[in-house]
Amino acid sequence: MRIRTILLAAAATLAATTANAQNSDGVVRIGVLNDQSALYADMSGQGSVWAARKAVEDFGAAAKGMKVEIVFADHQNKADVGSNIARQWYDQNGVDMIVDVPNSSVALSVNQITREKNKVFLNSGAASSDLTGKACSPNTIHWTYDTWALANGTGKAVVQTGGDTWFFVTADYAFGHALERDTEAVVLANGGKVLGKVRHPLQTQDFSSFLLQAQGSGAKIIGLANAGGDTINSVKQAAEFGITQGGQNLAALLVFLTDVHSLGLKTAQGLVFTAAWYWDLTDDDRAFAKAFAADNKGMHPTMVQAGVYSAVMHYLKAVEALGSDADGAAVVAKMKEMPTDDKLFGKGQVRADGRKIHDIYLFEVKTPAESKAPWDYYKLRATIPAADAFRPLDQGDCPLVKRS
Amino acid sequence: MFELIGVPPAVLFGQLLLGLINGAFYAILSLGLAVIFGLLNVINFAHGAQYMMGAFAAWMLLTFAGIPYWAALVVAPVLVGATGIVVERLLLSRIYHLDHLYGLLLTFGLALILEGVFRSQFGSGGQPYPNPLPGGQNLGFMFLPNYRAWVVVLSLVVCLGTWFMIERTKLGSYLRAATERPDLVQAFGVNVPRMITLTYGFGVGLAALAGVLAAPIYQVSPLMGSNLIIVVFAVVVIGGMGSILGSIVTGFGLGLIEGLTKVFYPEASNTVVFVIMAIVLLIKPAGLFGTAK
Repeated sequence: MRIRTILLAAAATLAATTANAQNSDGVVRIGVLNDQSALYADMSGQGSVWAARKAVEDFGAAAKGMKVEIVFADHQNKADVGSNIARQWYDQNGVDMIVDVPNSSVALSVNQITREKNKVFLNSGAASSDLTGKACSPNTIHWTYDTWALANGTGKAVVQTGGDTWFFVTADYAFGHALERDTEAVVLANGGKVLGKVRHPLQTQDFSSFLLQAQGSGAKIIGLANAGGDTINSVKQAAEFGITQGGQNLAALLVFLTDVHSLGLKTAQGLVFTAAWYWDLTDDDRAFAKAFAADNKGMHPTMVQAGVYSAVMHYLKAVEALGSDADGAAVVAKMKEMPTDDKLFGKGQVRADGRKIHDIYLFEVKTPAESKAPWDYYKLRATIPAADAFRPLDQGDCPLVKRS
Repeated sequence: MFELIGVPPAVLFGQLLLGLINGAFYAILSLGLAVIFGLLNVINFAHGAQYMMGAFAAWMLLTFAGIPYWAALVVAPVLVGATGIVVERLLLSRIYHLDHLYGLLLTFGLALILEGVFRSQFGSGGQPYPNPLPGGQNLGFMFLPNYRAWVVVLSLVVCLGTWFMIERTKLGSYLRAATERPDLVQAFGVNVPRMITLTYGFGVGLAALAGVLAAPIYQVSPLMGSNLIIVVFAVVVIGGMGSILGSIVTGFGLGLIEGLTKVFYPEASNTVVFVIMAIVLLIKPAGLFGTAK
């Protein structure tokens, strides 16, 4: 009996990760698809679900007579799991739009399915710049950041301040490859050299071997083309192996607020990186963060979660303007036509290739002495204006652009 | 500089040393599993979660009670071991007469629940734990952090101590006898159920000790156990289920092999252990040190 209870509980835990939704018409159904349980769960996960709900609330859907429903699911960082959920949502559960989807492998397959089904995919969590490059789609918008923006923000700043020899520690999947490729291009274009690279499996615990190889290469900069828990472990173990005392520096190419929180300022201080949003920049950002923290155990929102809010908001505006959510491509076309404007990302636009354009920032992690309050982690080093932040429209090989 | 199989010797030796350090974790974790399987016949799938609980216990002791690492090395395994005793009394003791599979399912479910609880409470990113032995030695071919050296030394001591206790002491011989003929040993006035309970608690304590050791190196994260446990199971299977010596030797050995893989073909570093497991099972189905039952 007891065993049965426990097995039932275990089964319930597993079942809880697959979403439920009812099939009905006249409802705008938004599916938040992300990592709910593993290394990207803190930076997206339930926080993104909260952000999507908040956007619906702030948009005032109920007052406008629009019925909006949010469902969510865990893609477990597996492209096959993610595609199955996306297919099921579109075919059976009446989901009209999928948002977030960190992990580029999953995002690339959701991108494909969304196009086949003529729905809408608003990507906030995944980074691969291919989503607006060779894989661009009339049904997809890449919202928050991408590997090209990260590479140019951080890579350029590092090379121009003397970090001209690089060694890459790269997560071995679509995202890591894209980030490494885009950063290498920036390093080379700015007169730097890449001395070597090593690729590690996703969700690796021990980075010491890879860091030792990086150390042995003699490169001035060790570029971490990974994210989430992998970045956390790399940075932590680099400190342990005295990499920075030895004259080498880390360039963490993708850092989330939650990563800095997990590392602690003592270990993370001085990291320089690029991000699209930080909670302590404007009064609106701070108000958003305060509401977020109140509902999420004091955690503060990451740029991915803020991007989900902003994307859902713009989507609802477009659906309202069109009066329908039925034709995904039409909704996306409307979103490209209307300028974006929301309280977190300010004014911006969506380009023909599906790239959302806004300012991005170069941040540095504060020292423990500089930090005045919990989650007070970043100081602003530079603002990269929207016009320079993202890959120029004609350089991405996006078929949508060539045709027009 | 001359090169050995395409890699400078300094790098190679460095990697071997790192492999040994990782092997220390494998050894101490698989040792706990082997003790539990050898004496209780339970395939303890909750071992990874108990390892994670050890790390969390150390973190909580430090964060909420200010108890430092060195005390946590003792206190955390005792606390987590005590939860193991509760689990054994409440749950495991009821299924000894059933097939192995029930123990596996029970502990697997337990692991899922524990991880779920910690994840919902602390998030998945992990908590920082300060390094109690910062700094390190320059060995010429690599920089060896003091803390990692300490991990290797301590786990060697613990592994050998456990092996000695089970194979060479009177208490150990009681334990081994009790697994063969519990009724007979009981007849000699030995309290077998209590011995079994304490053994499970000890195995769980070993997992927790590995967790405390891991806390300063990795993040204290709810996922740390599930990432490791599959590899550790492979170690146990390769070494021979229940073989104490087998788990220690293969633990260190596989750490070395994994370290080398990271040099020559890093993409395969997460799978090499399973390739070896497949090969070993083909040649010696009972594992390297196991005896066919």
